[in-house]
Amino acid sequence: MTARRSAAARAGLLALPLAFLAVFFAYPVASIVGLGLRGAAWDVVTDPDVLSVLWFTIWQAAASTALTLVVALPGAYVFARLDFPGKSLLRAAVTVPFVLPTVVVGAAFLALIGQGGVLGVQLDRTVWAILAAHVFFNYAVVVRTVGGLWAHLDPRQEEAAQVLGANRWRAWLSVTLPALAPAVGAAALMVFLFTFTSFGVIQILGGPRYATLEVEIYRQTAQLLDLPVAAVLSLLQFAVVCVLLAFHGWTLRRRESALTLVSAVSAARKPRGLGQWTFLVVNLVVMAVLLLGPLAVLVERSFATADGYGLEFYRALGRNDTGSTLFVAPWEAVGNSLLFGAAATVIALVVGGLAAAAMTRRAGSLVRSVDAVLMLPLGTSAVTVGFGFLIALDGPPLDLRQSVLLVPLAQALVAVPFVVRTILPVLRAVDERLREAAAVLGASPLRAWHEVDLPIVWRALLVAAGFAFAVSLGEFGATVFIARPDAPTLPIAIFRFLARPGDLNYGQAMALSTILMVLCAGSLLVLERLKLGRSGEF
Amino acid sequence: MLQLDSLTVRFGPHVALNDVTLDVAEHEIVSVLGPSGSGKSTLLRVVAGLQPSAGRVLLDGADVSAVPPHRRGVGLMFQDHALFPQRDVAGNVAFGPRMHGQRDTAGRVEELLALVGLAGAGARAVTTLSGGEQQRVALARALAPEPRVLMLDEPLGQLDRTLRERLVVELRQLFTRLGTTVLAVTHDQGEAFALSDRVVVMDAGRIAQVGTAQEVWSQPASAFVARFLGFENVVAAVVRGDVADTPWGPIRVPAGTPQGQCDLLVRPNGVLVKDRGKLGATVAARTFRGDHVALLLTPERGPQLEASCRLQDAPEPGAAVRLVFDAAEVVPLPG
Repeated sequence: MTARRSAAARAGLLALPLAFLAVFFAYPVASIVGLGLRGAAWDVVTDPDVLSVLWFTIWQAAASTALTLVVALPGAYVFARLDFPGKSLLRAAVTVPFVLPTVVVGAAFLALIGQGGVLGVQLDRTVWAILAAHVFFNYAVVVRTVGGLWAHLDPRQEEAAQVLGANRWRAWLSVTLPALAPAVGAAALMVFLFTFTSFGVIQILGGPRYATLEVEIYRQTAQLLDLPVAAVLSLLQFAVVCVLLAFHGWTLRRRESALTLVSAVSAARKPRGLGQWTFLVVNLVVMAVLLLGPLAVLVERSFATADGYGLEFYRALGRNDTGSTLFVAPWEAVGNSLLFGAAATVIALVVGGLAAAAMTRRAGSLVRSVDAVLMLPLGTSAVTVGFGFLIALDGPPLDLRQSVLLVPLAQALVAVPFVVRTILPVLRAVDERLREAAAVLGASPLRAWHEVDLPIVWRALLVAAGFAFAVSLGEFGATVFIARPDAPTLPIAIFRFLARPGDLNYGQAMALSTILMVLCAGSLLVLERLKLGRSGEF
Repeated sequence: MLQLDSLTVRFGPHVALNDVTLDVAEHEIVSVLGPSGSGKSTLLRVVAGLQPSAGRVLLDGADVSAVPPHRRGVGLMFQDHALFPQRDVAGNVAFGPRMHGQRDTAGRVEELLALVGLAGAGARAVTTLSGGEQQRVALARALAPEPRVLMLDEPLGQLDRTLRERLVVELRQLFTRLGTTVLAVTHDQGEAFALSDRVVVMDAGRIAQVGTAQEVWSQPASAFVARFLGFENVVAAVVRGDVADTPWGPIRVPAGTPQGQCDLLVRPNGVLVKDRGKLGATVAARTFRGDHVALLLTPERGPQLEASCRLQDAPEPGAAVRLVFDAAEVVPLPG
């Protein structure tokens, strides 16, 4: 194949993803910019209330990040270096929170430390509830990103340092830590990004006192109907996120330094001595209390009716009471979520798959910038996406208000980065010479893709589909702006139940959260069985 | 059969192929020999259509420069084989015939596996094969679509020495029997000499010499070729009459040597260790080579010399000796 033809083929593959991004991301963002610049942007930015929101957004993100690192780094060590029974199951279990919808996490922490919560202390509407939920959420990010690298670092380097006279601690400090530092930095940045744009958790746990930029954007839009102010806030957030993402890209490139990597199996050892056993047990207890505790309480609450345990709340989900919170029977939200999720998954797979196929070859700054652009929706925050959809796709030239595809499109936009991130490393790992061998043996480029790439990437495609599905199921920030009142998704139904007083509403929220958790965790655990090597570094 | 016409490939400022022109006749086996980075692999990739190039590639007289690799009908056996890891042995061999629309490939696969000495191995996973077996599967896979020209990229590169020496003979016999037209690249002169009818020596993207193994060995075209073949006794000289003036002193050259400046090669077995001679030297090192002894000599003047002599005649390291040059082993290098 000539160079010109392959460049043309790549451009052809990129056409659809780029068009998708242009219409459903760039155009809405441009609309926000237009709206924001029309108003008195400077007055908004210098408003003391806005500044205090910005300050809270930053410090809670920084505190969440620091706390997550403190709790999760020992966990990363446990998974990377220690071998114990049930390890792979536990690794899957601690990843579950990451794919859980924010509203489920919010509901779970309400059940744990909210009014009448299991622990007996009421911490909701305090910053402690927010921080705890953020640690819960992002524990897996650190364990996966740092532990993933740590497990593959050659332990003999540390041993070499010890032979040369360094004690264990000194060896770790001088050999392992520098090798891990870029991964720790990348994980910290991702956690900061996720918590900086936190929405659902703060909506549910923060009460009226605490608001991040995300929450403030939503309030300005949905409650105060002040769209220009919301637009300015979106731009402010967008700017911060772009800076963070650029920094992330820079650290990613630096991370590609040459490290001696070994298979994870050879690096893990059975714990030795009282010290290591204690370390392991303490970490397991932390994981159990922090990660599994809230979920267990959530399930317990969904069955705890006024007259002992029963299915009352689940039965109530099938009724469409007059004056119901949802206008429809809550069960229908399950159906809506599954349908929207499936549609969003298909869209995200097509868009993300084509983009990944086009970006398979490493070379070129064009590819790198496309990569960065595709990541933008992930960092930009769902609320910006939803708000952008609301103001841009609501009238000519593009009116999708009545389209059933509106919600799946927004969810797909959020899911595409996950799809690309899952498929691309696998595609890049396919030896280019295998494609050339196929070509020389008579396979056309399309046939070579089918014969060589597909057998290797189909599992990655499945994993990507599962991720996209789970992300779509749990998507809240964007959907809350654009879902029609009579077609709520599960997270929206949960949110509406939580916002209403009364035991029945609360119980139904817990029941729906349990269903959503089972759906999301189920799709993740199925994926984990497919074993994809080193995946899941977001 | 295969004609390469002025092929030139640039990677930025680096010229990987520089005006390469070469003809390969039907049923001929040609080896391209050169150090790494001399452009050998790039040459094969150009012929296969995997690498764009200036100049023309002609197959059976037709210009195929614009034909994509999957329609060229040439075979390429990759360095390290590039077997499809997710297919078994039979799946790898059947790949080419399947791409050409053949439905029932089982008979052909079995026939080819028998040909390369792997009869009955069709169901094995390629990851369980030894290096030599992988090489055989790669060969069977490349032969399966009956390519017009078969190209081999370092075919025996990763294998250990004894296996390599046995396989190269097998390959030569096989290609001769099948009448395959072969273009191979290797950095190993022994492999090239044993395998091929003609050898092409490449230097930094250019062809330095083309000839039979014997021609290249006995009459290297340049100092580069001589050094690449492993000869170290190469110096600049001035020829007057039948004597060359060298840093080692005057050396007799064969009759008919062009007059004036040239490079001069003295083969190691042309450096004779005697009791008398015009040039004195001390023995710097002595290496036992089985059938002979290689000596490294430090002469009174001029650069170090390599000599080879019989075991019973070999002096001890440190010994002072006299040297005589045998005119029959002195080769003027035109390049």
